Amino acid sequence: MSAIEQTAAPVAPAERDSPLIVRFEHVTHWYGNVVAVNDISLELGPGVTGLLGPNGAGKSTILHLLSGFLSPSRGSVTIDGVSPWRHPDVFRTVGLVPERDSVYAFLTAREFVTASAKLHRLPDPKAAAERALDLVEIEQAADRPIQTYSKGMRQRAKVAAALVHDPKVLLLDEPFNGMDPRQRLHMMDLLRGLGGQGRTILFSSHILEEVEKLADTVQVVVAGRLAASGDYRTIRRLMTNRPHVFVLRSTDDRALAGVLIASGAVQGVSLTAGGLEVHASDHGTFTRELAKVTRAAGIGLREVVPSDESLESVFAYLVGS
Amino acid sequence: MYNSTVAWISFRALFGRRRALLFVLPALVLIVITLVLKNAHGTQSDWPALVLGRVGVGAVVPLTALLVGTSVLGSEIDDNSVLHLLATPVPRRDVVVSKIAVSAATTTLFAAVPVLIAGIIAQGPHKLAFGCFLGAVLGSIVYSCLFVLISAALRHPVIYALAYVAIWEQLIATLVGGAKYLSIEQWSLGIAHSVSNSGDLDSHLTFTPSIVLSVIAVAVTAWYASERLSAFTVRAN
Repeated sequence: MSAIEQTAAPVAPAERDSPLIVRFEHVTHWYGNVVAVNDISLELGPGVTGLLGPNGAGKSTILHLLSGFLSPSRGSVTIDGVSPWRHPDVFRTVGLVPERDSVYAFLTAREFVTASAKLHRLPDPKAAAERALDLVEIEQAADRPIQTYSKGMRQRAKVAAALVHDPKVLLLDEPFNGMDPRQRLHMMDLLRGLGGQGRTILFSSHILEEVEKLADTVQVVVAGRLAASGDYRTIRRLMTNRPHVFVLRSTDDRALAGVLIASGAVQGVSLTAGGLEVHASDHGTFTRELAKVTRAAGIGLREVVPSDESLESVFAYLVGS
Repeated sequence: MYNSTVAWISFRALFGRRRALLFVLPALVLIVITLVLKNAHGTQSDWPALVLGRVGVGAVVPLTALLVGTSVLGSEIDDNSVLHLLATPVPRRDVVVSKIAVSAATTTLFAAVPVLIAGIIAQGPHKLAFGCFLGAVLGSIVYSCLFVLISAALRHPVIYALAYVAIWEQLIATLVGGAKYLSIEQWSLGIAHSVSNSGDLDSHLTFTPSIVLSVIAVAVTAWYASERLSAFTVRAN
């Protein structure tokens, strides 16, 4: 049985069928006179969502608002219609992995996760703890005090404690911090699997590669504001004020450059070692025109690669603007 | 209301830090002073009441409670490990009650019991020793409530707890008449005096106001600490 399958085992199918909706409505939060989060509205459903933004953008504030450790200065935050502020009962269905490295370091991981299971009043805390430890692959070291762990192992112990009650919503603040590449891939598989089972997973990161590999959708936060929300490729296509960049390879790149410029479908072309780099103002018009003009000119197209549809480009455009 | 898992984690946290070594120091000082005076004066003169009252109930109990009471919750809040406890459905009231119970039990062990031992060394199993012990137990409970509240409500709880003990109790409560009604030390000495009937204890309150005020203080501080912990917020980076 795979690790992901094991998490599904103790949960009744009926519970899985009713995913929780996490909702922010015009949420603003101030720290003194500093606005950390500014009029954010968003809704999260099942699946993995990446909360992306530079350091200090307000990602942790959003997660703390969701977990009831901050109250919104304005607006409302709800999980399945209930405000988490002053309602610890939400943690029956929510798991939190805080960013800061502080854990009960004097406990072993097994003690820590079992204590978490007991605090959730699970019927069989030991079995739940074993399942969670197995899930994050930390069983071998589970009887060592957490203070002897590497940062990545501590992180896994925290994730095990947050997963012990099989929550429907899992909030993770920079979960990949300190993890080595193998642990990182394993954690990504784990979170992807949990999201695939209908859980709502929200994780924050300032590392684009992590979000790009893992998240179904992204929430991009810049300077406390929600700069973009949704699938990042769709976001990119909606940025009509930014030219789309493609790299083309054809039977005759120089001739193709000429016909493309003449057609008016592109803003500019340049011949590079990797092929013909094209800047097009409209994604749809360009892709339609490209087929027509190459056919008319008798040029064979070998490759069309959108070179700025990565999350990195989207993020750079959003932060830059 | 009492959560054994919260208490277990708290005990492990309390005794897993080097700060735990400090818990024995005040008691050690009390026992050493008692032994020195016993050798010097035997059971003559009024020194046992002065030592048990001023040093035991008046200094060892509040200092030990300060060290324990501010560690039991304040340290977890300082390093944010408390998030792991609060990210569970355990009612905040249960967290506070369990923390107070751990602090009161530890303070009783490291302060009230040494007061009893010092009393027995000084005069044998006399009413003074039992009276001061009961006063010290009461002090352990009420100081714990107050210091857990300060930890839940304020940053740098040690400074505020020290200010209460050193400025309020040792200075203002001795100079301003009405302030004795808001002094945990005086409530403890009131109990000690009522049980032991010793006129050498520096007590200004009788049994009934001491008990009533203590019960009110326990109820109000525990309730308010629960309220503050319910509204716990993560500090900005």
